[in-house]
Amino acid sequence: MELTGADIFVRCLAEEGVEYLFGYPGGAALHLYDALYTQDKVQHILVRHEQGATHAADGYARSTGRPGVVLVTSGPGATNTVTGIATAHMDSIPLVVFTAQVASALIGDDAFQEVDSVGITRPCVKHNFLVRDVRDLAVTIKKAFYIATTGRPGPVVVDIPKDITAHKTEYFYPETAVIRSYSPVKKGHQTQIKKGVELLLSAKRPMIYTGGGIVLGEASASLTAFVRELGYPITNTLMGLGSYPATDSLFLGMLGMHGTYEANMAMHECDVLLAVGARFDDRITGDLAQFCPHARIVHVDVDPSSIGKTVPVEVPIVGDADTVLQDMMKRVKASDTKPDSHALKSWWQQIEQWRGLKCLTYQKSDELIKPQYVLEHLYELTGGDAYVTSDVGQHQMWTAQYYKFEQPRRWINSGGLGTMGFGLPAAMGVQFAHPNDTVVCVTGEASIQMCIQELSTCKQYALPIKVVNLNNRYMGMVRQWQEFFYEKRYSHSYMEALPDFTLLAESYGHVGFKITKPSDVEGVLKEALGMKDRLVFMDFITDQKENVYPMVGAGKGHHEMHLAPCNAVVPTDRELA
Amino acid sequence: MSDRHIISILLENEAGALSRVAGLFSARGYNIQSLTVAPTEDETLSRMTIVTSGSERVIEQITKQLNKLVDVVRLVDLTEGPHIEREMMLIKVRAEGSLRDEVKRLVDIFRGRVIDVTDAFYTIEVTGTGTKLDAYLETLPTGSIMETVRSGVSGIARGEKGLQV
Repeated sequence: MELTGADIFVRCLAEEGVEYLFGYPGGAALHLYDALYTQDKVQHILVRHEQGATHAADGYARSTGRPGVVLVTSGPGATNTVTGIATAHMDSIPLVVFTAQVASALIGDDAFQEVDSVGITRPCVKHNFLVRDVRDLAVTIKKAFYIATTGRPGPVVVDIPKDITAHKTEYFYPETAVIRSYSPVKKGHQTQIKKGVELLLSAKRPMIYTGGGIVLGEASASLTAFVRELGYPITNTLMGLGSYPATDSLFLGMLGMHGTYEANMAMHECDVLLAVGARFDDRITGDLAQFCPHARIVHVDVDPSSIGKTVPVEVPIVGDADTVLQDMMKRVKASDTKPDSHALKSWWQQIEQWRGLKCLTYQKSDELIKPQYVLEHLYELTGGDAYVTSDVGQHQMWTAQYYKFEQPRRWINSGGLGTMGFGLPAAMGVQFAHPNDTVVCVTGEASIQMCIQELSTCKQYALPIKVVNLNNRYMGMVRQWQEFFYEKRYSHSYMEALPDFTLLAESYGHVGFKITKPSDVEGVLKEALGMKDRLVFMDFITDQKENVYPMVGAGKGHHEMHLAPCNAVVPTDRELA
Repeated sequence: MSDRHIISILLENEAGALSRVAGLFSARGYNIQSLTVAPTEDETLSRMTIVTSGSERVIEQITKQLNKLVDVVRLVDLTEGPHIEREMMLIKVRAEGSLRDEVKRLVDIFRGRVIDVTDAFYTIEVTGTGTKLDAYLETLPTGSIMETVRSGVSGIARGEKGLQV
């Protein structure tokens, strides 16, 4: 049977099992929207801004492991998705973004709402396509989903000119995609794995550092078993939190710029480092010249270009995190060499000493709400079991530090790109995917305003998200850097003319609370979490001057942490240049 | 240490494939000395030759990043093994009076050809390695060059080794 391109589009999405399509209509997308109108397999979610659609699809993908799908119109519809696409690209999130395009005959003529979407998105996608013939549409969609979800995942853009959506052809959806130039590696090289395991077992001061690749590769169970088998200390990157249970005694917390003292010191002092699904980015390594100065490094990653990119590696292993960890586990169990228990004991004694510093201690207050205090209560009241999204800045770091994630795919934030405005729309995607679970968006008064229009989407679809707004009237992280590095010249980081968030939430049809006293924090959180069918916007008026500690200044070594003023013992150089 | 490398790529002959490669080099700050591309006997494939330079680590990243592009089917760093490289240059040279013979002699020495002639100019074709072309340019009398057009380097591995799908 011959179908129009628009009908083929909808059929393909249904074949791929797409539940939700986050989008916004417009001229070039009208045939596609017409086809959506007459079916009930794929549910379209109407956002208020295309950036929101990409973040919502992203939140859906991060919390489920399935690709997030977006549909927007040409021109501004497409350009508005770019921030969301780049966000997904930096964190390797599988998205398939369909951008409508002006009719083929008009391309290149500067037509109304024409933009070179393939050109604009090229640097921030895993791959993109312009469909030139309706006969290529189905196979292109198949390829797009295949590329987005395999290997190191990432966003794929499919640009579809309007005439293609009207043309007809015989419909056939291929079972598999065949791309001769694309064949992701799954299994690691056995000789390399053997070398890696031997090196790990020879360690006196071992350290395991894992990232978002564990979450993306569904390798959490294998990692946990492997780490427990060895009894080695483990740290997670911001993107990896939840992939190893945070309350486990082997877990040292997050590492990097705002990592714990014990995690960063263990990185600095370790003699063998196993990195899995992590990419040694600058927020992790600090000064490369001082990074893990004593360590021989084993690096497992599905993307060969992540290995040896910034830090030289002794044993590179290209492969899927889960498969490689299982192979390593087999070799560890079969090996005659066992971890050096004597060396390990004194290594752990050293680590416990670092841990004893309790670097996340903060000055409590009866008058001012401390942001950390709110997050500690949020953690306790949700039992560490909520899906938590965040925006970007101080509140994001505090959430990473104080909310102890026990499971993967619960902590949803923009790590690589650091996109303010991500939190609320991402929470929408998470809530669609998990309608009966508690979804919390931790944000700040600056970030939330970047996509606040999505409160309207939340009302339309009755999404009971709990917004925790840590309102310190500053772009907190900008203010912190200005305090430390710019002699307290707070240039344009103060948030003036803020709306009354309570009234704003109410005007969108939600519940709003303003909390000004520490003694009210727990009660309001409890009440809000109890409102299972309402979005509750909690505006916590917090201490303006609170800073995120520990902090490794940009370009500093792990051992040069700036600790909170209340930490009495500071055994290393705490002065920031 | 910054070495010169010739990277030879088979890539899908698709619109946009060239800009993916060029975009990768500019986005990541890699150096391109020359880039040539044309379809092969198999019309679904293009063959590209890139001359670049960088430390061992940079070159390793370049090949890895190129391999990551979905349109790249195969690639090889020709400088890792025995290979042949050629570049073609068209050059328009002032050739009047006594210069006329001199220029012709130099063409013969460099095994070039005069492919167009006017009263005042020769248009010359010279093929060889980049260094040979540079050397030829240096021999020409000062101020005699009106225009040069270089194709950029094409390269191929010696012997039975080949870049195939």
